[in-house]
Amino acid sequence: MSLDSLTYVREAPEPAEAPPMLSRGGLAWVHTNLFSSIGSSLVTIGCVALVAYMLPQLVVWATTHAIWSASDGAACRQYQDGACWAFVIAKWDYLRFGSYPVAERWRVDVVEAVGALLIVWLLWTNAPRRAWGALLLFVVYPILALILLRGSSLFGLPIVDTLLWGGIFVSLLTAVVGIVFSLPLGVLLALGRRSPLPVVRMASVLFIEFVRGVPFITILFMANNLLPVFLPEAWAPDRLLRPLAGIVLFSAAYMAEEVRGGLQSLGKGQYEAAKALGLNYPRMMALIILPQALTLVIPGIVNNFVGLFMDTTLISVVGVTDFLEAMNNAIKDPVWAGPTIMVTGYVFAGIFYFCFCYGMTRYSAHVERILAKGRK
Amino acid sequence: MSGSSVSADGGAAAIRFTGVHKWYGSFHVLRNITLVVEPGERIVVCGPSGSGKSTLIRCVNRLEKHQRGSIVVDGVELTDDIKRIDEVRREVGMVFQNFNLFPHLTILENCTLAPIWVRKMPKHVAEELATRLLTRVKILDQAHKYPSQLSGGQQQRAAIARALCMTPKIMLFDEPTSSLDPEMVKEVLDTMTALAQEGMTMIVVTHEMGFARQVADRIVFMDMGEIVEVNAPLPFFDHPQHERTKLFLSQILH
Repeated sequence: MSLDSLTYVREAPEPAEAPPMLSRGGLAWVHTNLFSSIGSSLVTIGCVALVAYMLPQLVVWATTHAIWSASDGAACRQYQDGACWAFVIAKWDYLRFGSYPVAERWRVDVVEAVGALLIVWLLWTNAPRRAWGALLLFVVYPILALILLRGSSLFGLPIVDTLLWGGIFVSLLTAVVGIVFSLPLGVLLALGRRSPLPVVRMASVLFIEFVRGVPFITILFMANNLLPVFLPEAWAPDRLLRPLAGIVLFSAAYMAEEVRGGLQSLGKGQYEAAKALGLNYPRMMALIILPQALTLVIPGIVNNFVGLFMDTTLISVVGVTDFLEAMNNAIKDPVWAGPTIMVTGYVFAGIFYFCFCYGMTRYSAHVERILAKGRK
Repeated sequence: MSGSSVSADGGAAAIRFTGVHKWYGSFHVLRNITLVVEPGERIVVCGPSGSGKSTLIRCVNRLEKHQRGSIVVDGVELTDDIKRIDEVRREVGMVFQNFNLFPHLTILENCTLAPIWVRKMPKHVAEELATRLLTRVKILDQAHKYPSQLSGGQQQRAAIARALCMTPKIMLFDEPTSSLDPEMVKEVLDTMTALAQEGMTMIVVTHEMGFARQVADRIVFMDMGEIVEVNAPLPFFDHPQHERTKLFLSQILH
């Protein structure tokens, strides 16, 4: 428009044009993100150099220089510049099952396979009939798992005492039980903390603040030593059940605070709209408030799940052989003793924990993207 | 329509406020409110901000609790009894200033949720009903979108449809056009006018004096928590009686 006139009426529309070349494409991205200044260029080059120096050594250590098969530690003691995967392979059965009787290990395999199948069914967001999957996973599966793992004279399966359980399957069992029970319990505690009934509120606050104020190991020792004291002899919970209860209660307190954050971030209007439509409290919570509140705090909830999965390694302090404890035991085997055994064992354990935790965070990001479609 | 606001004749009133008081802490927000709303009557409540108009209609479905006096809605007196409150809420629809649609549900799901869970309607019946009402407010083409994908005017019309899906006897509107962009006010007011012409009992808190003049049977003017003047639109606007009414009208009608 011309500046010398004070009034103006458009005669032709201004056409929409493509942006200039420099502001799009891969080259522009590299320029603005990696080499925008001298400092940024130095950081980029430094990081690339570091990776280029370290990565090949790590790959060579883990692959070409590694010992893949051996019947004892002699070969690994001889060649020390590579990982001793032969050790992990030889100990694989012990790492998976602990001291579970060899003849009965198929039962663990079945429980793991069925569990994995059901979990994939539930986690696959487009899967058909997920309600059936949930019913199977939360009602039928625990009964099946208990009968198979523990044994039952009714079905002719010998009883396997939980003292013998160990390894990866105990770690996974602990994590799954912790995750499945701590979230609903946490939701109840969060609702209790915001309840208008003073007794319910006080009880929830007391529980949450007590558990959050105590280290996890203390909770484990208390669950292990105090539960049998309080409960009658015949009810004395199983040696594995005690730390399981401990981990559920511990995680639930943190979950409750996460959920409370979500509840508080919802406006009063959602409650009022639900009430005005005649929804009662349980329906208002289940249909309107919790779906929104839980969606908002998915990152925090998954963070708690990841923390819980890591914390399963602590149950070894009350005498349960989880995966990491099984690895510790395996490393001590004099047949395999050698300088590379410990590194190999812990690197493998690290990869194991990383895979599960990274999987959880990726999945939660996927769910967030799906749930975000409704809001912006 | 049976005349004055203080009449207490018959038991058939849609809403009957008798000597209602309410306090927020020590702030006396409703002072001795007595008002009878007949079935089919369209009441517009106006007044300066903070005069208690929103609080008044929010007492009708117990989003706010009154502390003295009585409120009888469709023959049911509001007390702490949760059953009675739910009974009243099923028959009273409400439209909010900020729409308050459920953002995690589509427009159709917003509309069918309460009929399905509160009225126990089969899903397909609820969906037919919702389709009919969304057609009536002219946003059927938005039925499968989420609230955030709609304009403000469309959201408010969806909120009206959602309330109507419960087939309420009474509709409450709490400043339904106050948070809309100016070009969207008319579509919402048109929807409300159409609803009024079908004989719905309505209480509307609004600053839209054009709507009040055209649609209301009576206008209730509130100031400082009390009812100052109640009159039919024509005398209310042309010959206001009370000084505070005159002052208010001179401030809003330029």
